[in-house]
Amino acid sequence: MKQRLWFIFIVLVLTISTVILTVSVVSAQGPTPTADDVNAIAKQLYCPVCENTPLDVCETQACAQWRELIRQQLADGWTEEQIKQYFVDNYGARVLSEPPRTGLNWLVYLVPPVIILAGAVILFRALRAWNKPAAVETEAGPGSASEADESDEYIARLEEELRTRD
Amino acid sequence: MLADFGYGVLVITFLISLYSIVIAIYGEFKKSAVMVESARRAMLLTWPLLTLSALTLVYLLVNNHYELEYVWAVTNRSMPLYLKITALWGGQAGSLLFWSWLLAAFTSAVTLRKWDRDREFLPWVIVVSSVTLAFFLAMIVFFENPFAKILGPVPVDGRGLNPLLRHPGMIIHPPMLYLGFVSFVIPYAFAMAALITGRTDDRWIRITRRWTLWAWMFLSLGLVLGARWAYDVLGWGGYWGWDPVEIAALMPWLVGTPFLHTVMIEEKRGMLKQLNMFLIILTYDLVIFGTFLTRSGVLSSVHAFAESAIGPMFFGFIGLTLITSVALVIYRWGDLKSENSLHSLLSREALFLLAALLFLGILVISFWGTIFPLISELFTGQKVTVGPPFYERATTPLWGGLMLLMGIAPLSAWGHSTIKTLGRAIWKPSIVALIVPIAAYAGGIRQTVALIGFTLVALVITVTLYEFWRGARARSRKSDENFVTALLRLAGRNRRRYGGYIIHISMVLMAIGILGIEIFQTETQKNIAVGDEINLAGYTIHYDSLAQFRNQDGRYVTRAVMSISKNGRDMGELYPRFDIYPDGQPMTIPGVRSTLVDDLYIVLVNWEQVGPQSTPFKIYHNPLVKWVWIGTYLFVFGVLVAAWPEKEREYASARSRRKKAAYGTSGAD
Repeated sequence: MKQRLWFIFIVLVLTISTVILTVSVVSAQGPTPTADDVNAIAKQLYCPVCENTPLDVCETQACAQWRELIRQQLADGWTEEQIKQYFVDNYGARVLSEPPRTGLNWLVYLVPPVIILAGAVILFRALRAWNKPAAVETEAGPGSASEADESDEYIARLEEELRTRD
Repeated sequence: MLADFGYGVLVITFLISLYSIVIAIYGEFKKSAVMVESARRAMLLTWPLLTLSALTLVYLLVNNHYELEYVWAVTNRSMPLYLKITALWGGQAGSLLFWSWLLAAFTSAVTLRKWDRDREFLPWVIVVSSVTLAFFLAMIVFFENPFAKILGPVPVDGRGLNPLLRHPGMIIHPPMLYLGFVSFVIPYAFAMAALITGRTDDRWIRITRRWTLWAWMFLSLGLVLGARWAYDVLGWGGYWGWDPVEIAALMPWLVGTPFLHTVMIEEKRGMLKQLNMFLIILTYDLVIFGTFLTRSGVLSSVHAFAESAIGPMFFGFIGLTLITSVALVIYRWGDLKSENSLHSLLSREALFLLAALLFLGILVISFWGTIFPLISELFTGQKVTVGPPFYERATTPLWGGLMLLMGIAPLSAWGHSTIKTLGRAIWKPSIVALIVPIAAYAGGIRQTVALIGFTLVALVITVTLYEFWRGARARSRKSDENFVTALLRLAGRNRRRYGGYIIHISMVLMAIGILGIEIFQTETQKNIAVGDEINLAGYTIHYDSLAQFRNQDGRYVTRAVMSISKNGRDMGELYPRFDIYPDGQPMTIPGVRSTLVDDLYIVLVNWEQVGPQSTPFKIYHNPLVKWVWIGTYLFVFGVLVAAWPEKEREYASARSRRKKAAYGTSGAD
């Protein structure tokens, strides 16, 4: 009889402690992350082994495991930044959808605007150079003074363009 | 045996193209018309010969000749006939052969035209086309032989085409893109002929105007069809991912499009000859670059490039043609000086130039973003990804600027425009256009990019329609035609102009779709059991049933039935599915319900456990995306209007002469 009581006591203690432990762990986790939560982060990461495939739509087994890893990390309370950093640390900068703004990578951000600006300057100067000799001409040129002329002038221009086309 | 025949024909064609180069140059210097004629006929031989070679390869593909490495790599016994045929362009070697075959067809067509007025161009057009053809044939003959045999025992079955390519889109998308690529060689050949002969008037542009327009249409269609294919098959809810291969096809378009516009300035005003030369040279070399990139995969890493036998050859060829062409432009620099000057910064010429700057800006971003990963790996050993966020952020303002120019430029005059004349033309359409963003704001749209984008779309549409209306009204007043007749005659007489306007409208219709999906796309992913529901964007998606079965051709199909409803109204069923091919490769086919307002796009996710108790679905809501495809139809119509051969003009004038003779009137035309 005594033995049986002891046994029940031990079972009770074990059960209660398990329940307490489980509850405490679950409450630390917060709500379970949904697939959408995982995708929100996976979308910003690129598959470390395939070419140019975002992690949220990658079909490989490896990517499925990485998404599971993100889910786990979210469940453990990691922030988005921490998760991204984890992937960068483990698989290199190529997992990010853009090169990090460091060192040589600045070139990817700076070269296009510099070239486009240079193009704009060249274009502007060329336009100004072409424009100069015509300044007098424009003033002397046929001005369309009144609203009534507009339609006629338009027809004339249209006809002229049609005529000179071929 | 048959393979040796196919290869032998290739070698002979290669030698013939070399012959036509040498003999054309020799004939030109010896002033021997007979020799030039011989070169021309040699060139005409290349197309029938390449047809023979390509048909041989198709025969081998269809009849499972797995002793050939190429046949083994791109087909297997389970593939349907149409895919075995299209496997001709399913891999690198076959693509090169197909490319050469198309090029031979185009160059043959161009040498069959009447040359009376342009005799001096002929030898050089032959030389440039043949050099291009000979280069591609050399790549096939020496490096990428589709007729090469497998060493060792003959495999029983082939590896098969990449599943993503096993789609009816395979029939049409690559040929369209290649047609676009190849046909740009023709205007380039004429441009070079003009430079070499020193005939630097706009003759070369007038000859090639239609070629260029068709080339541009094929290229544009190739791009859109590729986007559609991605949307239908890839199952990532989108149509464009700024992937290097996509960008490679986009780049020639980014130069070809401003070229189409700036040649008009040269035709009308004798200006910008140097720029036009640079643009066509750039287009040509980007076409070669694009052809190379789309099939080689060298961009994946520096090592892939180094290992690829043809990579260095391609870069050598691009470098050589670029240097030679630019050297020719510099040599003729003085002859290419403008005959005219610009009168206003708001003239149509100036606005076209601004548009060219924006297009080239997008090109710079695309090119740099595509090659930067290689540069990074080369110098730091670190691999990086340049993905959609980069391109989207960098190019969006430039696309917006182009839309603004599409709204302004049609109203500006050639030669001279002032703020006053332009302002007077634009204020009415602008006010009409402003209704759209106000309505959108009232309707709850708060995204700045969307509001600006829709304003620009509205501006372009109203300005363009206003131009049609103004022209037709002016004509109907002047010639007593009713408005519709006046409109049709006006457009009919000036097809290039009004075809171009139709294309402008088609472009902004596509922009509506792009704005819709880029800014307003929503998505959700969830595991549900049969009988459960998912809600997204007002839709209720009910999971009815799941079926898994093996298809006749060996595919293992998993297919779900979903019934869609919105606000309690039944909207039919969708059947997302995925197929696993016998070789284990998956293919995802989303269920899509498409309307003018939005697309509902359901993907049965194949990378997780699938069963009736728990099935993962990914659902996208893509507003307005259908307008991309609607715009495409209008686009084709616009190009047809602009590029259709003007037979009717002679016909119309003959008719009006008859009419005049019969009635003694002055006629309406």
